[in-house]
Amino acid sequence: MTKLTCSQGLLGLVFVLILGMGCATTQARLLDSDESQVKLRSIQSRAFDTTDKATTLRTAIATLQDLGFVVDQADLTLGTVTGTKLAGYQLRMTVSVRPRGETQLLVRANAQYNVQPVTDPEPYQMFFAALEKAMFLTAHQVD
Amino acid sequence: MARTRKGKALSVLLSGILAGCASIPKDALRLSPESLQERQLQTRRFETQNEANLLSASAALLQDLGFTIDKSETSLGVIAASKDRSAVETGQVVAAVLVALLLGAPVPYDEKQKMRVSVVTRPLGDGKSTAVRVTFQRIVWNTAKQVSKAERLNDPEIYQEFFSKLSKAVFLEAHQL
Repeated sequence: MTKLTCSQGLLGLVFVLILGMGCATTQARLLDSDESQVKLRSIQSRAFDTTDKATTLRTAIATLQDLGFVVDQADLTLGTVTGTKLAGYQLRMTVSVRPRGETQLLVRANAQYNVQPVTDPEPYQMFFAALEKAMFLTAHQVD
Repeated sequence: MARTRKGKALSVLLSGILAGCASIPKDALRLSPESLQERQLQTRRFETQNEANLLSASAALLQDLGFTIDKSETSLGVIAASKDRSAVETGQVVAAVLVALLLGAPVPYDEKQKMRVSVVTRPLGDGKSTAVRVTFQRIVWNTAKQVSKAERLNDPEIYQEFFSKLSKAVFLEAHQL
Protein backbone atom coordinates (compact mmCIF):
# COMPACT_ATOMS: atom_id res chain seq x y z
CA MET A 1 0.00 0.00 0.00
CA THR A 2 1.39 3.40 -0.91
CA LYS A 3 0.99 6.27 1.49
CA LEU A 4 -1.51 8.98 0.51
CA THR A 5 0.23 12.12 -0.72
CA CYS A 6 -0.68 15.45 0.80
CA SER A 7 -2.67 16.59 -2.23
CA GLN A 8 -4.54 13.30 -2.43
CA GLY A 9 -5.46 13.65 1.19
CA LEU A 10 -6.64 17.20 0.59
CA LEU A 11 -8.65 16.15 -2.43
CA GLY A 12 -10.27 13.43 -0.35
CA LEU A 13 -11.10 15.97 2.35
CA VAL A 14 -12.72 18.30 -0.19
CA PHE A 15 -14.67 15.36 -1.59
CA VAL A 16 -15.99 14.45 1.84
CA LEU A 17 -16.79 18.13 2.47
CA ILE A 18 -18.82 18.35 -0.75
CA LEU A 19 -20.60 15.15 0.12
CA GLY A 20 -21.40 16.53 3.53
CA MET A 21 -22.69 19.81 2.08
CA GLY A 22 -24.72 18.06 -0.58
CA CYS A 23 -26.30 15.81 1.98
CA ALA A 24 -27.50 18.37 4.55
CA THR A 25 -30.80 16.87 5.64
CA THR A 26 -34.13 18.63 5.36
CA GLN A 27 -34.33 18.53 9.14
CA ALA A 28 -30.98 20.33 9.46
CA ARG A 29 -32.14 23.00 7.00
CA LEU A 30 -35.59 23.34 8.53
CA LEU A 31 -34.25 23.79 12.04
CA ASP A 32 -30.89 25.34 11.03
CA SER A 33 -29.46 22.99 13.63
CA ASP A 34 -25.92 23.28 12.28
CA GLU A 35 -25.54 26.82 13.64
CA SER A 36 -24.64 27.57 17.20
CA GLN A 37 -28.04 28.86 18.24
CA VAL A 38 -26.86 30.58 21.39
CA LYS A 39 -24.17 32.52 19.54
CA LEU A 40 -26.60 33.46 16.78
CA ARG A 41 -29.17 34.68 19.30
CA SER A 42 -26.62 36.99 20.83
CA ILE A 43 -25.64 38.35 17.39
CA GLN A 44 -29.28 38.97 16.50
CA SER A 45 -30.51 40.49 19.79
CA ARG A 46 -30.23 43.80 21.64
CA ALA A 47 -31.94 45.11 24.78
CA PHE A 48 -33.39 48.63 24.95
CA ASP A 49 -34.30 50.56 28.12
CA THR A 50 -37.97 51.06 27.30
CA THR A 51 -41.20 49.15 27.80
CA ASP A 52 -43.12 50.83 24.98
CA LYS A 53 -43.67 47.91 22.61
CA ALA A 54 -45.81 49.76 20.07
CA THR A 55 -43.36 52.65 19.65
CA THR A 56 -40.43 50.25 19.43
CA LEU A 57 -42.21 48.28 16.70
CA ARG A 58 -43.11 51.46 14.83
CA THR A 59 -39.48 52.58 15.04
CA ALA A 60 -38.34 49.18 13.76
CA ILE A 61 -40.77 49.54 10.84
CA ALA A 62 -39.43 53.04 10.07
CA THR A 63 -35.86 51.73 10.23
CA LEU A 64 -36.68 48.89 7.84
CA GLN A 65 -38.17 51.45 5.46
CA ASP A 66 -35.05 53.63 5.77
CA LEU A 67 -33.00 50.58 4.80
CA GLY A 68 -35.09 50.05 1.67
CA PHE A 69 -37.47 47.36 2.87
CA VAL A 70 -41.13 47.04 1.96
CA VAL A 71 -43.14 45.85 4.96
CA ASP A 72 -44.78 42.45 4.39
CA GLN A 73 -46.70 42.27 7.65
CA ALA A 74 -46.80 43.45 11.24
CA ASP A 75 -48.52 42.23 14.39
CA LEU A 76 -48.65 44.27 17.58
CA THR A 77 -49.92 41.43 19.79
CA LEU A 78 -47.20 39.08 18.63
CA GLY A 79 -44.71 41.96 18.52
CA THR A 80 -43.32 41.15 15.09
CA VAL A 81 -42.72 42.90 11.81
CA THR A 82 -41.43 41.35 8.58
CA GLY A 83 -40.08 43.13 5.52
CA THR A 84 -38.45 42.37 2.18
CA LYS A 85 -35.68 44.28 0.42
CA LEU A 86 -35.18 43.82 -3.30
CA ALA A 87 -31.91 45.15 -4.74
CA GLY A 88 -30.79 42.56 -7.25
CA TYR A 89 -31.15 40.14 -4.36
CA GLN A 90 -33.94 39.26 -1.97
CA LEU A 91 -33.34 40.03 1.68
CA ARG A 92 -36.13 39.14 4.09
CA MET A 93 -36.05 40.08 7.76
CA THR A 94 -38.26 39.62 10.79
CA VAL A 95 -37.88 41.89 13.81
CA SER A 96 -39.53 40.84 17.05
CA VAL A 97 -39.98 42.80 20.26
CA ARG A 98 -40.51 41.11 23.63
CA PRO A 99 -40.40 42.29 27.24
CA ARG A 100 -37.11 41.59 29.01
CA GLY A 101 -37.52 41.88 32.76
CA GLU A 102 -39.46 44.87 34.12
CA THR A 103 -37.68 47.75 32.42
CA GLN A 104 -36.41 46.52 29.08
CA LEU A 105 -37.49 45.23 25.70
CA LEU A 106 -35.54 42.62 23.78
CA VAL A 107 -35.37 43.28 20.04
CA ARG A 108 -34.41 40.33 17.90
CA ALA A 109 -33.81 40.40 14.16
CA ASN A 110 -33.22 37.48 11.85
CA ALA A 111 -32.62 37.73 8.14
CA GLN A 112 -32.37 35.51 5.11
CA TYR A 113 -30.41 36.46 2.02
CA ASN A 114 -31.88 34.74 -1.05
CA VAL A 115 -31.95 31.13 0.19
CA GLN A 116 -29.45 31.44 3.04
CA PRO A 117 -29.68 32.49 6.67
CA VAL A 118 -27.66 35.60 7.52
CA THR A 119 -25.27 34.58 10.29
CA ASP A 120 -22.54 37.25 9.97
CA PRO A 121 -22.50 39.67 12.91
CA GLU A 122 -21.83 42.81 10.78
CA PRO A 123 -25.20 43.14 9.00
CA TYR A 124 -26.96 42.89 12.36
CA GLN A 125 -24.58 45.43 13.91
CA MET A 126 -25.48 47.85 11.12
CA PHE A 127 -29.19 47.21 11.55
CA PHE A 128 -29.05 47.85 15.30
CA ALA A 129 -26.88 50.94 14.74
CA ALA A 130 -29.64 52.33 12.50
CA LEU A 131 -32.34 51.27 14.97
CA GLU A 132 -30.70 52.81 18.03
CA LYS A 133 -30.27 56.09 16.14
CA ALA A 134 -33.99 56.11 15.36
CA MET A 135 -34.91 55.03 18.92
CA PHE A 136 -32.73 57.70 20.58
CA LEU A 137 -31.74 54.85 22.92
CA THR A 138 -28.67 52.68 23.34
CA ALA A 139 -28.82 49.10 22.15
CA HIS A 140 -27.38 46.88 24.87
CA GLN A 141 -25.56 43.70 23.95
CA VAL A 142 -27.10 40.69 25.71
CA ASP A 143 -25.60 37.26 26.32
CA MET B 1 2.79 17.62 -13.39
CA ALA B 2 -0.04 15.60 -11.94
CA ARG B 3 0.20 17.61 -8.76
CA THR B 4 -0.44 20.95 -10.46
CA ARG B 5 -3.39 19.49 -12.33
CA LYS B 6 -4.86 18.31 -9.07
CA GLY B 7 -4.13 21.69 -7.59
CA LYS B 8 -5.99 23.34 -10.42
CA ALA B 9 -8.93 20.96 -10.03
CA LEU B 10 -8.92 21.70 -6.33
CA SER B 11 -9.01 25.46 -6.80
CA VAL B 12 -11.81 25.16 -9.36
CA LEU B 13 -13.75 23.01 -6.91
CA LEU B 14 -13.16 25.41 -4.03
CA SER B 15 -14.16 28.47 -6.04
CA GLY B 16 -17.27 26.59 -7.13
CA ILE B 17 -18.14 25.95 -3.50
CA LEU B 18 -17.51 29.58 -2.58
CA ALA B 19 -19.65 30.84 -5.46
CA GLY B 20 -22.48 28.68 -4.19
CA CYS B 21 -22.24 30.42 -0.84
CA ALA B 22 -22.20 34.03 -2.13
CA SER B 23 -23.09 35.89 1.04
CA ILE B 24 -24.97 39.07 1.87
CA PRO B 25 -23.44 42.32 0.49
CA LYS B 26 -21.65 44.18 3.28
CA ASP B 27 -23.83 47.27 2.98
CA ALA B 28 -27.21 45.53 2.66
CA LEU B 29 -28.25 46.72 6.14
CA ARG B 30 -26.15 49.88 6.29
CA LEU B 31 -28.01 53.18 6.43
CA SER B 32 -27.04 54.77 3.11
CA PRO B 33 -26.41 58.51 2.66
CA GLU B 34 -29.36 58.56 0.22
CA SER B 35 -31.77 57.16 2.79
CA LEU B 36 -32.84 60.62 4.00
CA GLN B 37 -33.57 61.76 0.45
CA GLU B 38 -35.55 58.59 -0.22
CA ARG B 39 -37.50 59.06 2.98
CA GLN B 40 -38.49 62.55 1.86
CA LEU B 41 -39.51 61.25 -1.55
CA GLN B 42 -41.66 58.49 -0.03
CA THR B 43 -43.21 60.44 2.87
CA ARG B 44 -45.85 63.16 3.24
CA ARG B 45 -47.21 64.84 6.32
CA PHE B 46 -50.95 65.21 6.78
CA GLU B 47 -52.41 67.59 9.32
CA THR B 48 -54.60 65.12 11.10
CA GLN B 49 -54.30 62.81 14.06
CA ASN B 50 -56.84 60.45 12.60
CA GLU B 51 -54.53 57.62 11.64
CA ALA B 52 -57.35 55.14 10.97
CA ASN B 53 -58.89 57.56 8.47
CA LEU B 54 -55.58 57.89 6.60
CA LEU B 55 -55.16 54.11 6.56
CA SER B 56 -58.62 53.39 5.21
CA ALA B 57 -58.20 56.07 2.54
CA SER B 58 -54.87 54.46 1.64
CA ALA B 59 -56.47 51.01 1.43
CA ALA B 60 -59.19 52.39 -0.87
CA LEU B 61 -56.55 54.09 -3.02
CA LEU B 62 -54.53 50.87 -3.30
CA GLN B 63 -57.69 49.16 -4.54
CA ASP B 64 -58.19 51.95 -7.07
CA LEU B 65 -54.65 51.27 -8.28
CA GLY B 66 -55.43 47.57 -8.75
CA PHE B 67 -53.58 46.24 -5.72
CA THR B 68 -54.98 43.54 -3.46
CA ILE B 69 -54.34 43.91 0.26
CA ASP B 70 -52.14 41.10 1.59
CA LYS B 71 -51.85 42.07 5.26
CA SER B 72 -52.69 44.98 7.51
CA GLU B 73 -52.23 45.96 11.14
CA THR B 74 -54.12 49.12 12.00
CA SER B 75 -52.62 49.43 15.48
CA LEU B 76 -49.15 49.77 13.94
CA GLY B 77 -50.29 51.72 10.89
CA VAL B 78 -49.27 49.13 8.31
CA ILE B 79 -50.85 47.99 5.04
CA ALA B 80 -49.07 45.59 2.66
CA ALA B 81 -50.45 44.99 -0.82
CA SER B 82 -49.39 43.52 -4.14
CA LYS B 83 -50.42 42.89 -7.72
CA ASP B 84 -49.32 40.61 -10.54
CA ARG B 85 -48.99 42.13 -13.97
CA SER B 86 -47.46 41.44 -17.35
CA ALA B 87 -43.86 42.64 -17.78
CA VAL B 88 -43.74 42.24 -21.55
CA GLU B 89 -42.19 45.22 -23.32
CA THR B 90 -42.31 45.31 -27.12
CA GLY B 91 -38.73 46.58 -27.53
CA GLN B 92 -37.31 43.82 -25.41
CA VAL B 93 -39.32 41.12 -27.21
CA VAL B 94 -38.16 42.39 -30.63
CA ALA B 95 -34.52 42.41 -29.42
CA ALA B 96 -34.92 38.88 -27.98
CA VAL B 97 -36.37 37.57 -31.24
CA LEU B 98 -33.54 39.15 -33.29
CA VAL B 99 -30.83 37.73 -31.01
CA ALA B 100 -32.60 34.35 -31.03
CA LEU B 101 -32.56 34.34 -34.84
CA LEU B 102 -28.83 35.10 -34.83
CA LEU B 103 -27.99 32.49 -32.20
CA GLY B 104 -30.50 29.91 -33.32
CA ALA B 105 -31.59 29.44 -29.70
CA PRO B 106 -34.45 30.97 -27.72
CA VAL B 107 -33.57 34.09 -25.73
CA PRO B 108 -35.70 34.79 -22.66
CA TYR B 109 -37.47 38.12 -22.24
CA ASP B 110 -39.40 39.60 -19.30
CA GLU B 111 -42.81 38.00 -18.97
CA LYS B 112 -44.50 38.80 -15.67
CA GLN B 113 -43.96 40.80 -12.52
CA LYS B 114 -45.16 41.06 -8.95
CA MET B 115 -45.43 44.65 -7.73
CA ARG B 116 -45.47 45.15 -3.98
CA VAL B 117 -46.24 48.15 -1.84
CA SER B 118 -46.39 49.00 1.84
CA VAL B 119 -48.11 52.03 3.35
CA VAL B 120 -47.04 53.00 6.87
CA THR B 121 -48.62 55.76 8.96
CA ARG B 122 -46.90 57.26 11.96
CA PRO B 123 -48.08 59.95 14.38
CA LEU B 124 -45.56 62.79 14.43
CA GLY B 125 -44.05 64.29 17.55
CA ASP B 126 -45.87 67.61 17.11
CA GLY B 127 -49.08 65.96 18.33
CA LYS B 128 -51.21 67.23 15.46
CA SER B 129 -50.02 65.56 12.26
CA THR B 130 -49.36 62.12 10.84
CA ALA B 131 -46.72 60.95 8.39
CA VAL B 132 -47.54 58.52 5.60
CA ARG B 133 -44.67 56.63 3.99
CA VAL B 134 -45.19 54.46 0.95
CA THR B 135 -42.63 52.18 -0.76
CA PHE B 136 -42.94 50.23 -3.98
CA GLN B 137 -40.83 47.34 -5.27
CA ARG B 138 -41.10 44.64 -7.91
CA ILE B 139 -39.81 41.22 -8.94
CA VAL B 140 -39.74 40.40 -12.66
CA TRP B 141 -39.61 36.88 -14.11
CA ASN B 142 -38.58 36.14 -17.69
CA THR B 143 -39.93 33.52 -20.08
CA ALA B 144 -37.34 31.05 -18.71
CA LYS B 145 -39.02 31.47 -15.27
CA GLN B 146 -35.88 33.12 -13.86
CA VAL B 147 -35.92 36.27 -11.75
CA SER B 148 -34.59 38.93 -14.12
CA LYS B 149 -35.14 41.96 -11.87
CA ALA B 150 -35.63 42.49 -8.14
CA GLU B 151 -35.70 46.19 -7.40
CA ARG B 152 -37.12 49.17 -5.56
CA LEU B 153 -39.24 51.54 -7.63
CA ASN B 154 -37.82 54.98 -6.89
CA ASP B 155 -39.18 57.11 -9.72
CA PRO B 156 -40.31 60.37 -8.01
CA GLU B 157 -43.36 60.62 -10.30
CA ILE B 158 -44.76 57.37 -8.86
CA TYR B 159 -44.75 58.88 -5.38
CA GLN B 160 -46.04 62.29 -6.47
CA GLU B 161 -49.01 60.68 -8.20
CA PHE B 162 -49.74 58.38 -5.27
CA PHE B 163 -49.75 61.24 -2.75
CA SER B 164 -51.73 63.56 -4.98
CA LYS B 165 -54.42 60.87 -5.17
CA LEU B 166 -54.24 60.21 -1.44
CA SER B 167 -54.66 63.94 -0.69
CA LYS B 168 -57.82 64.03 -2.77
CA ALA B 169 -59.13 60.93 -1.02
CA VAL B 170 -58.72 62.37 2.48
CA PHE B 171 -59.57 66.00 1.54
CA LEU B 172 -56.30 67.07 3.11
CA GLU B 173 -53.24 68.66 1.66
CA ALA B 174 -50.10 66.52 1.69
CA HIS B 175 -47.08 68.48 2.89
CA GLN B 176 -43.47 67.72 2.06
CA LEU B 177 -41.45 66.88 5.15
